Order: sequence, then structure tokens, then C-alpha cells
Amino acid sequence: MTTTYTSRVPDAASAPAGVAAARATDLSKVYGQGETKVVALDRVSVDFRRAEFTAIMGPSGSGKSTLMHCMAGLDSVSSGSALIGDTELTTLKDKKLTKLRRDRIGFIFQAYNLLPTLNALENITLPLDIAGRKADKAWLDRVIETVGLSGRLNHRPSQLSGGQQQRVAVARALASRPEIIFGDEPTGNLDSRAGAEVLGFLRNSVRELGQTIVMVTHDPVAASYADRVVFLADGRIVDDMFGPTAESVLEHMKSLDARVRTS
Amino acid sequence: MLRTALRNVFAHKARLLMTVLAVLLGVAFVSGTLVFTSTISDAYQKSSEKGYSNVDLAIDAPTGPAAGAPGSKPGDEKGLTQATLEAARELPGTESASGSVTGFAALADKKGKLIGEGWQTTGGNYDAGRDGRSEDARYPMKQGSAPKNSDEVAIDAATAERVGFEVGDTARMSVDGPVLEQRIAGIFNTDDGNVAAGGTLVLFDTPTAQRLFAQPGQYDQITLKAADGTSQSELKSQAKELLPAGAEAVTGKKLAADQSEMIKKRMSGMQTAMLVFAGISLFVGIFIIANTFTMLVAQRTKELALLRAVGAARRQVTRSVLIEALAVGSVAAVAGLGAGVGIGALLRSLMGRLGATVPDGPLVVDGTAVAVSLATGIVVTVLAAWLPARKAAKIPPVAAMSSVHATATTRSLVLRNTIGALLAGAGTALVLLGAGMDDRESAQIPLSAGAATLLIGVFVLTPLLSRPLIAAAAPLTRIFGVSGKLARQNSVRNPRRTAATASALMIGLTLITGMTVIAGSVQQAIEKMATDSLKADYTVSMASHTPLSADVERKLARDDQVEAVSPMRNSAAEVRGSSAFLTGVNGESISDLTDLNFVSGGWDGLSGNKAVVDKETAKAEGWKTGSTFPVTFEDGKKTRMTVSGVYEGNEMIQGVMVDTGTLDPHTQQISSMQVMVKTKDGASDSAKASLEKALGNNPAVLVQTKQDVSDSIAKGFTLMLNVLYGLLAMAVIVAVLGVVNTLAMSVFERSQEIGMLRAIGLDRRGIKRMVRLESLVISLFGGVLGIGLGVFFGWAAGEIVGLSLSTYSLVLPWERIGIFLGLAALVGMLAALWPARRAARLNMLTAIKTE
Repeated sequence: MTTTYTSRVPDAASAPAGVAAARATDLSKVYGQGETKVVALDRVSVDFRRAEFTAIMGPSGSGKSTLMHCMAGLDSVSSGSALIGDTELTTLKDKKLTKLRRDRIGFIFQAYNLLPTLNALENITLPLDIAGRKADKAWLDRVIETVGLSGRLNHRPSQLSGGQQQRVAVARALASRPEIIFGDEPTGNLDSRAGAEVLGFLRNSVRELGQTIVMVTHDPVAASYADRVVFLADGRIVDDMFGPTAESVLEHMKSLDARVRTS
Repeated sequence: MLRTALRNVFAHKARLLMTVLAVLLGVAFVSGTLVFTSTISDAYQKSSEKGYSNVDLAIDAPTGPAAGAPGSKPGDEKGLTQATLEAARELPGTESASGSVTGFAALADKKGKLIGEGWQTTGGNYDAGRDGRSEDARYPMKQGSAPKNSDEVAIDAATAERVGFEVGDTARMSVDGPVLEQRIAGIFNTDDGNVAAGGTLVLFDTPTAQRLFAQPGQYDQITLKAADGTSQSELKSQAKELLPAGAEAVTGKKLAADQSEMIKKRMSGMQTAMLVFAGISLFVGIFIIANTFTMLVAQRTKELALLRAVGAARRQVTRSVLIEALAVGSVAAVAGLGAGVGIGALLRSLMGRLGATVPDGPLVVDGTAVAVSLATGIVVTVLAAWLPARKAAKIPPVAAMSSVHATATTRSLVLRNTIGALLAGAGTALVLLGAGMDDRESAQIPLSAGAATLLIGVFVLTPLLSRPLIAAAAPLTRIFGVSGKLARQNSVRNPRRTAATASALMIGLTLITGMTVIAGSVQQAIEKMATDSLKADYTVSMASHTPLSADVERKLARDDQVEAVSPMRNSAAEVRGSSAFLTGVNGESISDLTDLNFVSGGWDGLSGNKAVVDKETAKAEGWKTGSTFPVTFEDGKKTRMTVSGVYEGNEMIQGVMVDTGTLDPHTQQISSMQVMVKTKDGASDSAKASLEKALGNNPAVLVQTKQDVSDSIAKGFTLMLNVLYGLLAMAVIVAVLGVVNTLAMSVFERSQEIGMLRAIGLDRRGIKRMVRLESLVISLFGGVLGIGLGVFFGWAAGEIVGLSLSTYSLVLPWERIGIFLGLAALVGMLAALWPARRAARLNMLTAIKTE
């Protein structure tokens, strides 16, 4: 975080559009050995561009979660390279990797994963507190306003609905202005209305705040909020779609299913 | 259901590990105590039986009032004389008879230091029979020959070997003050129980022993061996005629039985004391067991609800949990019994290594020890699991469908807090009531009942207390940033569990602190008592607390360093018709040696018929300065004394004091309990050396400054406290297991949170720190509660002790309290080692994946 901010927008936005915020090159992930060997990722190469909202889709077992975990520095890779900005993750030791996640990556989980002992505001600033950094007050206010939590900052997670909890989680991911946010089925536990709300915030944060977001989902409607959809099957990238709609994604998935089944 | 229960035990091996360990330690303590005490008791009994194998009848000298007590004239007294012994030898049923005199005889090692601590060093006579050449069957000589004159002694083989004495060496010893230098004529073997237990035995020839320990020509005891065909009771009736008035004949069987009974009693006292501490450990263990089963039930809510949904009755659910407890308890109890037998064996060899020689004997593991240990372990475990088991049965079948764990309702905490507050209030009131009472006996009941009630009240209240007290730790945890904040909040997330964990630690620290406060205060009070009323630079006394010969004060008076000397002698007398003691002091010098507060009058050159009395006695008798009262001396002579002063007495100096010049002519054996000395230049090393030299560098005589007296008192208290600390350490160790258990549970339950924290950038160190700080906070919570209660109980008990100890005042051992708090912190850090490592190593991905 050496760049000083000249605007409220992360440096991602000030960089030329189309430059990769994260990049996988020939990334492979293999579990087990010999007969029990499972190839979760098979030489995957993909760029996630700055200020873009990317969805990763694929049937169960396609390796979409594994791809996200490897790109986010949560899991080790078997071979190939994974870059966040210019930083090669595969050679980093745990300590540096932790610091990288802390300072440059945001997370949104399916199960919200808020700390029940902290109130909404404390949950939002948790990554900053861990880093021992002061929150940028103006930015924080704007994030909170964007996700519509102003009146509930003193509530504990148990006093919030599922949708509200996930909005807290979104705010938490945004609060530290990470270079990239990874979401793991962020709407998986929400009903369709609350899900739509959260997805709306995510899209807005890309449009208005210039945030980069990569989201794993199996829901075509959720994917339709993204700028781009990357399709995975059997650990390989099989397709790439820009400007998706729910219908086009659903169609694509059906054909993908058929292809997988016939292969 | 049985299969389900047992399967659960195996499924939760790790969960149950700490529970098993806690029960195991408690049971090991119980069985170790039982094995150790019965082994020792058995060994002593066997050795005492052996000691009486040559005795068929023992005749003891008349007991009762001390020789020459009021009313009896020296001439009247008929002890066991040579004539009695001869008569005993002539009895038709006697094969042999020997007379013995015994007493204290301090023996110095080659460096001049006292061997043993003073109470086990005995002396006796070698009975060489009528012709003076026979062998004493009790003491077969191993080397050399029996002592034949007043310059010779024989020494027991065990002592000779330990110290390195050989026949022909000169040994220094002392019986009542003056040093004796004796030639070692022989070394003998003996079955004497005292020697078997590590004491020393020095034998003199009979006339010397009689002169030293009794009166010339008198024996303490005559033992007879029956001729073949004569039973012990026959011998007893034969001997009846020759018994002097007051003497008693006891058969060997009865003696052995009596001694065995006495050993049993002494050991059972020790056993009870140790079992109390074992009980405390087990009690602490209950908290851990209950915690574990509560968590196991909570984790299995769905499973248990499912069982209920498919038709299991409540009773069956309860029973399945109890069977699980039974299995855990049995395993732990069996392992604990094994460990206990090991501990018993270890303790015995440890005792031997520490110098306390124990008679040899086999390790005794009797049925009682096995049964009691196993039963204790199983019963404690099942009882502790009772409440969780009942809670399990209350899980509604519908819980199988919902994902929410059944959480405790606030109502039950409200009820709990109300009950706790009532108990704690009642307990505090009772303790205060007891502490305010004037009578020691009647104060004990409200005090102990109040202490128990308050302790239970605090147990019940700990969940409530945890929030404010742990919140108070915020400044400490804040230093550690997010980890600290999360740790503090985590520690109050499950107040009941935190409370149970902290309570377990609290018990140990309450007892440790309470005992430290009382012991410290009493120690100071006794020191004050022993030294405050003295102006003397030195006190001289026997190491064994036996009387000093009058020779001592004469020798001291001749030393040119000495300015003033006064003995303190006790002599039995009758004062106004009731028996009492007269204390003899040197009327000329006593005012220079003591610092007593006179209410009226003064020493006034105590002499002749003048006496000073303490305030209490004066009040009881209605005396004032100038009053006169009748006195009958030890030898029966009567006179009237005049009160010349009334002083404020204390536990060291009290009663009626008269001049030695008045008292000595009426006393048969002039001896003092202690001698007070003032030197010209005050206390100094050279003065002390000079006094010791004047007394012949006698190992048995202690020349102590006030500081020495304080030190020796302190030494006794330190030893006692260390033993108590050692016994209570087990309770603290069990409490540590509890903290480990609770942390492991927390880490397990919060693995998802920990995974999330790792994902968003808290490094392993931060996670470790979080767990450690949680542990620290819980431990300090328990520590603060325990220390607080301990100080309160210590204060209250001290108020009662103070009733009979005028110099008592509460001394708060701040340094120790600081150490205890540090100990609590250390407990927390140690307990967190393993859980913190586990938390830091959690696999992030499995932790954050749902399902």
C-alpha cells in the first residue's frame, strides 16, 4: 500500500482499464497421489481485470472454488503461477501471505462469517483493526451508506437478518479498500430479494468505487450481475462470456452440462 | 442405547482426554494416600511387634503427679527399685527380667552437630544383670562390649553406620545441659521401634543411666520374659504382689496391641488429612467433568433430538449420557488406581531418601484401597455428568429439525443469580457473625458454615461476576489490539463454562491464600510474643524442650561477657488450695531481662515472700498489690506470699513468679525450662560464641538471639506451609486441566471464526495470542476471586485465632499474593500452549467452508 490515494477510488481504478488485478498462469491443483489422484485445476490461465465484476461458474466439482481459494492465497497450488497485482503468491510463505490477504484482498463468505461478539461497525472495521490501521472515515461512511447500514451499526449479528449480515460482510470487504475482493457464493444463504440487494451493492461498488470483484456462484441470476462470466468444467476453463444475462448464462450452463455429460 | 453411548465415548476420545486425566489424578491421589499410609502403618506395626517379642510383661513406674508433687513427701515414694527387679527375677514364672531407664539424650555427630531433630534421640541403660556381666537380650552387641562404667556408652548400629562412629571413638552427648564425653565401648543391634524409624539410641551402664534419667537405684520400667509354660496373664498375676503403689503391669500382648492401635490412630489422622486434599482435587475435577459433558450434549443436540424423535424415552437419553460417564469414569478410575499404587511406592522411597527412615516392609495394596479408589472415580464422574444428562433429556425432538443450538434462557440465569446472591449474602453474614464472636468454640460453627455457604454462593454467582471482572481486564487486553479485544469477548461468551473453569482454579487459590494469610499472621504473633516481652539478648534452652540442669545458669553467670542471668523454672505447688505452678526467676536480674508491662507495683527486688502475678490470675483470685495468699511448695512446706506487682501476662510469661532463692530450697530436682541472658555489649557473634563455649559447645543446648527464635518459628511455619502447598498443588494441576479443556472446546467450537480471521489476515501469532489471552483472562478471573475469598476467610479465621493469641494482628502477605496472582497467570499461559497451537494450525479452508 505504497500508493497514496488521490481520489476516493482505489488505485485499481486509476490504473489503465484492462490491466489484470489478478492473473493465473498454467495453474494446477492436484489432490492425492497415484490412484486416488484428483486434478481439481488443470493448467488454468485466466486474467481478472481491474474494476471488473467477474463471476466464476461451473457445475459442482468443476474446480471453481479451488480456483478462487488459490487466487486468494487461501490454498497452495501444485504448479503454475498465481499473481495478485505483481506479487507472485505461490512462492510466499504463510506470514507474507497472511499480510497480503490482510492488506490487499477482501473476502465475502457464503456463511457471512461475522464475529458474534462484535457489533456491525466493529465487524466492518475488523480487517483494519487487525492491520492496526485507522479507518479512512470518509470512505468508511460512504461504504456504510452504500450498503445501507447507517442505523444498525451498534447491532450484533444475531440482531440482524441474513441479508443485513451479508451487507455487513460486504462492507467489511470494502472497508480496507482491497485491490480485489473474492466472494464465495455470497448469496448462497440468502433469499432472492436479499440476494438481489447484495449483488446490487457489489455491482455498484465496481461501477462507482472502481472495485475489482471475483465471485464464485452457481446461480445464473447472480452471475448476470457480473460484467463477465468464466465457465469452468473438470478443472479447465471452457468458456468466457461478457455482458451476461440470466438467460444467456442459463443457456450456457445447460449446454455445458450436456457437453460434460457427453464427454 | 448402550452401543450408542459407548460409540460416543470412542468418537470423542480427544474431547474426553482432559476429563479422564482429571478423574485419574484425583483417584491416584486417593489410592496413593491409602496405599502409602497402609504400607507405612503395616511396616511400623511389624516393627513394633518385633520390638515386643521379648517382653511378656512390663511393669511401669508409678505415673500420675510428678515425683514430689504436693502432698507426697520424697521419702514416701516407692518407684521401681533394684529390690523390685530382684523380686521380679525370683517369680516362679520369670525366665529373665531386666530393668530399664530411658530419657532424652542428644548425640552430636563428628562435627559437633546434633543428630536428628531432637525428639528421636533417646538414651537408655544396658542391663548387665545381677552379676554385672550378663548380656542384655534386648541389645545384642555387634562390635565391642557393653558399657561398664560411667565413661562408656554403646551406640545403635544404624546410627554408628550413618555417622561413622567406631568402637573406641569419643562421642559428645548431652542429657540435660552439661556435655558428656563418652567412649564408645560397643555397637549394638536393636529392634527398637524408634531406631527403626531413624532415631538414635545411646546406652549407658545402669547406674549412670539411673543418675541421668531417674533417681539412683530407680527404674522406669521392668520387663519380664516368661518361663516356658507360663502364660502372660499368669505372670501378671504372679507379679501383682511386688508392684509398688501406683505401678502398673501390662502384658506384652497388650503392649503390642496398644502400640499398634496408637500407630493406626496416628496414621489414620495423617490419612484423613491427605484424603481431605484428595477430596479437594476430586471436587475441582467435578467442574471439568460437568463442563465436558455439557459441551458433548450441546454438540449432540441434533443427534439426541433425533433419538427422541424416533422414539427414545427421556430416561433412555439420560441413561445413554450416564453410561458414557460410567465408561469414562471406569477407565479413569482404573488408570488412577494404577498411578496411585505407583505414587504410594514413590512416596515411601522418597521419605527414605529425605532421611526419615521407615521400617522395611512390603507395599500394601488392600481391598479397601482398591474398592474405595474405583468407587470414588466412578461415582464422582457419574455424579458430575448428572446435570448435563438431565439437560440432554430435556432436548425437544423438534430440535432435530432446527439448526439453532438450544441456548440457556436468561430466566435461568436470573434464578441462578438470585440464588447465588442469597447464598453469598447469607454466607458473608455468617462469617462476619462468627468473626465478631468472643468465644472461640461457638464462633467456629457460624464461621465454617458461613465459609462453605459463601463459597457455594460465589460458585453460583461466577457467571454473573465474570462480565464486570473480565471487563476490568480491558486495559490489559487492549495492549494486544484485536487479539486482546477478541480474547476478552470470547472469554465471556459462555459465562457458565468460563465460570466453572475459573471456579475450579478459585478453590485451590482460596485455600492457598487463606492458609498463607493465617499462617503468616499467627507466625508474626508468636514471634512477637516470644520476643516482645524479653530484654534478654539470648535465651538458652534444650533442643528437645526438656529441662536444663541448674548447672547451665551457674556456668553462664561465670562468663565475663554476661551481665545478667535468670532461669525460668516451673515447680508444682498449691496456691490457695488448688494446684498451680510457681515460676522461679532470679529476683535480682529479672527486671533487666524481661520487659513486662506492670499494671500495678513492680518487680520491687523480688525476693523472700514477694511474688508477682499476671493480671488474669490476679483478677480471678481478687488480688491486688499487697494482697497475701497461702502457698504449699513441692515438698509440702507452707508459707504466705505477698503480691508485689501485677503484670500483663502473655502466652510465654504468665502465672505466679517468685525468686529462685525462695523456690529452690523446696525443689527436689532443680532444672529450668529456659535461661535468659543479657550480655555486656548486646547480641553479637562473639558473645554467642563465648556463651556456647561456656556451655562446652553443647549440641543439645540452643543459644538463641531473638532473631534466632524468630527464625526457628518461621522455619516451622514455612515447612508447614510448604507441605500444604504441595498437597494443594494437585487441585491446581487439575484446575489447569480444566482450563486446557475449556480452551480446547472453545477452539473447536470457533474453528469457523478462527478460519475466517486467518482468511482476512490475522496471522498465526495473532490467533495464538488470542487463545492465550483468553486463557489468561479466565485464569486471572479465577485467581482474583480465589485470592479475594482467601484473604476474607483468612481475616475471619484470624479474628477467632486472635481471641486466644493476644499479639495477633492480620498480616497481609502482599508479596505472596503477588506470587499467587502470577501463578494464576502462569497457569493460564501453560494451559493455553496446546490449544493455541491447535488454533493456529487450523486448516483455514475446512474452517470456512460451510457444512
